[in-house]
Amino acid sequence: MPETTDSQSSATAVADAPAVAAAAPGLRKEGEKARSLRSDAWHDLSRKPMFYISGLLILFLIVISIWPGLIASGNPLSCDLAKSQMGPTSGHPFGFDTQGCDVYTRTVYGARASVSVGIFSTLGVAVLGSLLGGLAGFFGGWWDAVLSRISDIFFGIPILLGGVVFLSVVKGGTVTTVSVFMVLLGWPQIARIARGAVITAKQQDYVQAARALGASNTRMLLRHIAPNALAPIIVVATIALGTYISLEATLSFLGVGLKPPAVSWGIDISQASSQIRNAPHMLLWPAGALSLTVLAFIMLGDAVRDALDPKLR
Amino acid sequence: MGRYVIRRLLQMVPVFIGTTFLIFVMVYALGDPVAAMFGDKAPDPATAAQIRHAMYLDHSLPAQYVHYMKQIFTGDFGTSASGQPVTQLMGSAFPVTIRLTLVAFVIEAVAGVGLGLIAGLRRGRLADSGVLAFTLIVVAVPTFVTGYVLQYFLGVKWHVANPAVAEGAPIGDLIMPGVVLAGVSLAYVARLTRTSVAENSRADYLRTAVAKGLPRRRVVTVHLLRNSLIPVVTFLGTDIGGLMAGAVVTERIFNIHGVGYQLYQGILRQNPPTVVGFVTILVIIFLAANLIVDLLYAVLDPRIRYA
Amino acid sequence: MTVTDERTGAAAPVSTTPLLEVRDLHVEFHTRDGVARAVNGVDYSVNAGETLAVLGESGSGKSVTAQTIMGILDMPPGRITQGEILFHGQDMLTMSAEQRRKIRGRKIAMIFQDALSSLNPVLSVGYQLGEMFRVHQGMSRKQARAKSIELMDRVRIPAAKERIGDYPHQFSGGMRQRIMIAMALALEPELIIADEPTTALDVTVQAQVMDLLAELQREYNMGLILITHDLGVVADVADKIAVMYAGRIVETSPVHDIYARPAHPYTKGLLRSIPRLDQKGQELYAIKGLPPNLTRIPGGCAFHPRCPMAQDVCATDVPLLHPVGAERGSACHFWKETIGD
Repeated sequence: MPETTDSQSSATAVADAPAVAAAAPGLRKEGEKARSLRSDAWHDLSRKPMFYISGLLILFLIVISIWPGLIASGNPLSCDLAKSQMGPTSGHPFGFDTQGCDVYTRTVYGARASVSVGIFSTLGVAVLGSLLGGLAGFFGGWWDAVLSRISDIFFGIPILLGGVVFLSVVKGGTVTTVSVFMVLLGWPQIARIARGAVITAKQQDYVQAARALGASNTRMLLRHIAPNALAPIIVVATIALGTYISLEATLSFLGVGLKPPAVSWGIDISQASSQIRNAPHMLLWPAGALSLTVLAFIMLGDAVRDALDPKLR
Repeated sequence: MGRYVIRRLLQMVPVFIGTTFLIFVMVYALGDPVAAMFGDKAPDPATAAQIRHAMYLDHSLPAQYVHYMKQIFTGDFGTSASGQPVTQLMGSAFPVTIRLTLVAFVIEAVAGVGLGLIAGLRRGRLADSGVLAFTLIVVAVPTFVTGYVLQYFLGVKWHVANPAVAEGAPIGDLIMPGVVLAGVSLAYVARLTRTSVAENSRADYLRTAVAKGLPRRRVVTVHLLRNSLIPVVTFLGTDIGGLMAGAVVTERIFNIHGVGYQLYQGILRQNPPTVVGFVTILVIIFLAANLIVDLLYAVLDPRIRYA
Repeated sequence: MTVTDERTGAAAPVSTTPLLEVRDLHVEFHTRDGVARAVNGVDYSVNAGETLAVLGESGSGKSVTAQTIMGILDMPPGRITQGEILFHGQDMLTMSAEQRRKIRGRKIAMIFQDALSSLNPVLSVGYQLGEMFRVHQGMSRKQARAKSIELMDRVRIPAAKERIGDYPHQFSGGMRQRIMIAMALALEPELIIADEPTTALDVTVQAQVMDLLAELQREYNMGLILITHDLGVVADVADKIAVMYAGRIVETSPVHDIYARPAHPYTKGLLRSIPRLDQKGQELYAIKGLPPNLTRIPGGCAFHPRCPMAQDVCATDVPLLHPVGAERGSACHFWKETIGD
């Protein structure tokens, strides 16, 4: 852990040396500029296998949710009851489900629902949350007070409970309704983080200095505060993406999320779960795909967090 | 301290009103409870209007809410779809769910903190990587998958545990559902503890504790763990609500007739009194847990107490 | 060695072993940027009742040496590659962890720079003081509390009895540092290591805390290793000085000689860079360049790239600590020229 030193100041006498009881020796490099956090974070990420594995996995998932036909030629909705719960056969490596649909095709097509709910919800939550939270943190006052109370209210409702109530009433069962619900109940999480990050950034000496020099509010927000508040938001949003996917599956499993004929891992798992004794393969593939997807996003979020959080180096 | 409690209680009032109102709006305004009663048949308009009047549905939404809250505070939660008073359902459901939540909570706290402490103390080593990998998998695999898999293997195949919970929900039967319910939270607790322990083990005061010549056990338990647990306690407290909500899934898998089951039935049968009643009680429990956490926080961290 | 007869050196009884002696200590750290050699052959010793000031910039290895003596070095990334640390003639580096723990706090105690972060924020000061007695002497809570109040009185904390249940953040900086001192003194150790004990304090409070420390040291006849970068503090309380640079001792001397006639260009630079009233209006002197990166310490004399007197030999040959009169040493090839300059 390198001791932070100001490489600009021509270091001088001992009397001027920073009053730091060094736990580890200073590692000053003559003439070398201190590495910026961003390049440091990138350096850190680029050496993490977890980052590449999860990144590639996510890329793959996005590609097959846009073009599922690339790797699955069948139709997820063309089913043959005669093949109900049959095991793997040639051309149908994962076997068939109760309705006699091809499990492989359905597993591939299921990615689209999960990934879109995840991405739409996260984008919505991130935009709404950072906007509201950021403004509350920046302007403070009554705006902040009102927003804090409102987010307290939303925090008062456990998200799964709210989902069950809200979605059962709305009766939409589409990617849009599920995503809208998640944004509705999810934004306070990001808003709190954005608010905290903005308040911290606002108190930084250099931001205070910019204010003293007469920088405009817009300039302060965009130039000085937003870049600093962004890192924690990105981290939380990435991890949240994984949990939203998991939540969508849970809601679909409970019968209030996506509904047939939508193709979703949650629905398939729900249908397979009652047949686990007869046909475990029906549960295995969609459950495996779902877990892997959630895992990929959480791992990515983890890797990014480790890289951005120098405290834990 | 007394003033702090009162201030917190007062702050909870708007949150309570807001949360219950939100749920109330969702159930009463977005759905049509009268139409739901008749299922697919179109109700006779006169009858429907009569029912609406009897159910106080012909008033404005805020008035309905106030009316409903008044009833609740006199102990009248309305009647469920099966004609039983909602309070009666609560009487049978809450003890079961509270027991399940407690089992899950103990598992979550003990295993989560234990794993997190081990990982945090051995940062970067095998035990740490093992715990991290374990938590990642637990978080990634959805609860309902873990639930069915455990039920199938432990309950059906190997006969280690009872695959379904017996009448009265004895604690022994609740252990497996408790593990399933605790799973994801347990992983979060482990990770939070790990981070907190790792951060605090670099703190100056910990170095002081070692320099004082204290035995390692004392350094870890009195100085490191106590400080590291502050954020963990917060999480544990706020998670009680999450656990009770998560019981919706767990109770369905293991066929437990608790809050989650009743709530689910209420939703399926579109019975507003059941849904709003149960959710209101859950919100109260959740808020109470938050208050307790806040107070505990002040006990654990004197810097808060006097601020 | 005795305290009073330092200057003449003649009275020093050679036969007795010093209280603490560091011999040829080497410590390195494994970092992302390579191996940082923090301590590269440090020798020094302290006797009972004596104050040794260790002077150096951040990263000179003074704190790492202290942590190594104390046995609180983080290992890894730290590693002791060579050397001995003799306490009463016994090498502590070969002792078991349990033996060392029993020395810590009881025989050798340490005072840290930043009392606010060095005291546990969630435990009362009474608890933290009392812990010393309860753990090391098996006292009851009640006895420990009484002893703690006594200690707080000792370091002149007003209303000790009322404040014993208070938490560190409720005290002023000076009072907190007094609590640190009290904690170090609790078991009347033979040696105290004070790592920049007054750096974090206001100037007005610095003198009070330093005086208190010096007074208590005399009273208990303890050895004191005072780690500092402040030459002003040293002059008043130290008996002898060791100046460190890049993990080595470059000059060692009784305290007064070093001010009058420094024998190493680095020491000389340090002395010249102290602001003085009679130099008002002149530019302050500064040693040119930066302290070396410890992963790439220059060959020969580590100071040569910054040294105004450097010759070719300085870049190739490591200077040994040449004896410069009685009780003095300088690790400079040109110490004669430096001293006579």
